[in-house]
Amino acid sequence: MAQTQGAYYVPHGSHWPIVGSIGLFSTVIGAANLINGGHGLTAAPLMYLGLAIIVFMMFGWFGTVIRESLSGIYNNQVDVSFRMGMMWFIFSEVMFFAAFFGALFYARMYSVPWVGGEGHGGLTNYYLWQGYTPSWPTNGPGDIGGSFETIPAWHLPLINTLLLLSSGVTITFAHHALRAGHRRALLVWLAATIGFGVTFLYFQATEYMEAYQHLNLTLGSGIYGSTFFMLTGFHGMHVTLGAIMLTVMWFRCAKGHFTRENHFGFEAVAWYWHFVDVVWLGLFVFVYVL
Amino acid sequence: MAHAAVHDDHHDAHDHKPQGFLHRWLFTTNHKDIGTLYLVFALVMFLTGGSMAMIIRAELFQPGMQLVQPEFFNEMTTVHALVMIFGAVMPAFVGLGNWMIPLQVGAPDMALPRMNNWSFWILPFAFTLLISSLFMPGAGPQGGWTLYPPLSLQGGNSVAFVIFAIHMMGISSIMGAINIIATILNMRAPGMDLLKMPIFVWSWLITAFLLIAVMPVLAGAVTMLLTDKYFGTSFFNAAGGGDPVMFQHIFWFFGHPEVYIMILPAFGIVSEIIPTFARKPLFGYQAMIYAIASIAFLSFIVWAHHMFTVGMPLGGELYFMYATMLIAIPTGVKVFNWVTTMWEGSMTFETPMLFAIAFVILFTIGGFSGLMLAIVPADFQYHDTYFVVAHFHYVLVTGAIFAIMASVYYWLPKWCGNMYSERWGKIHFWMSVISVNVLFFPQHFLGLAGMPRRIPDYNVAFADFNMVSSIGGFWFGASQLLFVGVVIHAVYFSKNRATSRVWEGARGLEWTVPSPAPHHTFSEPPKIDNSMLAHGDVTH
Repeated sequence: MAQTQGAYYVPHGSHWPIVGSIGLFSTVIGAANLINGGHGLTAAPLMYLGLAIIVFMMFGWFGTVIRESLSGIYNNQVDVSFRMGMMWFIFSEVMFFAAFFGALFYARMYSVPWVGGEGHGGLTNYYLWQGYTPSWPTNGPGDIGGSFETIPAWHLPLINTLLLLSSGVTITFAHHALRAGHRRALLVWLAATIGFGVTFLYFQATEYMEAYQHLNLTLGSGIYGSTFFMLTGFHGMHVTLGAIMLTVMWFRCAKGHFTRENHFGFEAVAWYWHFVDVVWLGLFVFVYVL
Repeated sequence: MAHAAVHDDHHDAHDHKPQGFLHRWLFTTNHKDIGTLYLVFALVMFLTGGSMAMIIRAELFQPGMQLVQPEFFNEMTTVHALVMIFGAVMPAFVGLGNWMIPLQVGAPDMALPRMNNWSFWILPFAFTLLISSLFMPGAGPQGGWTLYPPLSLQGGNSVAFVIFAIHMMGISSIMGAINIIATILNMRAPGMDLLKMPIFVWSWLITAFLLIAVMPVLAGAVTMLLTDKYFGTSFFNAAGGGDPVMFQHIFWFFGHPEVYIMILPAFGIVSEIIPTFARKPLFGYQAMIYAIASIAFLSFIVWAHHMFTVGMPLGGELYFMYATMLIAIPTGVKVFNWVTTMWEGSMTFETPMLFAIAFVILFTIGGFSGLMLAIVPADFQYHDTYFVVAHFHYVLVTGAIFAIMASVYYWLPKWCGNMYSERWGKIHFWMSVISVNVLFFPQHFLGLAGMPRRIPDYNVAFADFNMVSSIGGFWFGASQLLFVGVVIHAVYFSKNRATSRVWEGARGLEWTVPSPAPHHTFSEPPKIDNSMLAHGDVTH
């Protein structure tokens, strides 16, 4: 399958990309049919089939890369390419979250005060939304979704902050253990990191249930509900993904895939986990506290 | 030539080329094959989007409703733009980058060859999704390529499909850009210092950064559209405390860098072609790099000049006006340097050079009309008129597309090993350059007279210029069939073999490998000496 070309490794053809494209295509067609109210095989089942194909593709593709890596055909240059790929992927994720943070800031700084008549929004307020006093949190002058209460920052969100910060420490301990060649300590610290992540997700789910069942805070609660659930929701999806990646790394560590010098898979996941951590700090400050 | 001979010893043109059509094109990890796929795909999309433009111009040939329903007209303007931007111009540049960057920096392939395959093979699926939305219940997207809410949210089932198609195009672009950055930063041959790299490579490095920075923002913006329509969020609903104008801010934070994503590689191409045919090194090589970098930086802080009429605070209007005008400075540096490169050069006017010179002149016209649009009080008059349409078609058709045409004529002999027909290339050029001005120049007058864009019918006062513009449009469209003919002839029928160097004045590593470039090149890093290079401490 593979061939080393002089100083550089150039893989031969691979069928995994086209499998991934077919998976992606099926997923989005199924999802689009589903949210358009479709029933039958081309809606939910097609979406799940697509997702299954994507998971299959990931097993296959990553499996191939892991086998090639273990057989020792990657050199330092390939390693640097992988590192750059991961770094720029994380940067693109940062920019994705930036769009939603931007929406939050714009709503709080501009659109809500303007509908309330501040700045040049006087006429809008006078003709359309008389009597609306801008505030935050808000579901807007139309009281979209009905009145709601917010999640207090200094309870579960604080615990979640501590959980994620601790997980950032434990994954660093795990990395040190890996570099020192202590596999047992590595597995313990990595398991602790996964434990923190899963506990975080459990609390986040508890918080969502509380919001929906008791606080009437939903995705439909005006701009507050929109920004709250989209930011924390996308973050939660990233924590879920990160926890899955950490779990894969745990098994790879247990199987002895990594050496003290050569363990980029582990490092990439650690970078990703720190990224998820930093995004949470932004969320805690701007979504919960302020 | 000597270098080519050395390479000939190591390769024959068919080494390690996978057998079988599907295996070769579907599973390929070869940068040349993937580059070809991108370029062919871009050409197909160019003709698809072009057919839509023909429908638009046919409807506008005379005042009154002629051929199509208004809804279909709106679908055509929307999908024409999406197809041309995401399907033709961007994939064409990625294809050129794929083909040429490894050859120009002395790399055996792209840094992440399997991901390279995936970047391409997402696109046909994404555009199947987009174009299939035209045939859906409730019709296709009609809100314009900018997808402004609330209009764009009033569509039928197609909204979700269009948004997912855009997500897929974004995934493809981000992966392509990551690959290009990693290739340029990690795969250069020893001795290919950053400040010796061809300008095309530099322009792609900066463009790739722009892509990774803004495509996720577009993904975020369309995701908000999706949740506003289907999941009850209020991002763009004033009743819920959101704001439809917020979409425009997020969209144009993506959209303005996107505009430069579609022109910076064109700058790079023209900066390669003009020195070759002027037989002089590029004037102000480093200044050209700094100019591209400045334009890229400025592109992040000028977005609201697309929104002067939405009711921004005065301070915002002033800031965005002045920031926008600043872009004229680095762009002026580039234009002056291209002209100065030609000054006292021993110029010849082969087809690529003709397109490059037309680019310099006509892109500058587009730049000047952009400067007019940057002036806030003037923009209140021009906004959403045909003046804007004329402006961005000058920068995109006579800018980006002309540069792509120039690069195809320039590098095609390297790709396929045969010379194209210079006579038919020149006919294609003159047909294109005359018709494109007949097509778009009158649209300036229409816009200044107040004709709104995206409207299928118009006042009889606009009749004459619209008819002239439509005639130019059909002429330009037909001329592009010549281009298809010239390319097919060169690839399959031309008996005129290209040499390694192809052009007398050409410098750079890509000209040291044989024509056609073997399936694998630079398996061993080339030994670089400055006399081979086009830029840096050039000694020729």
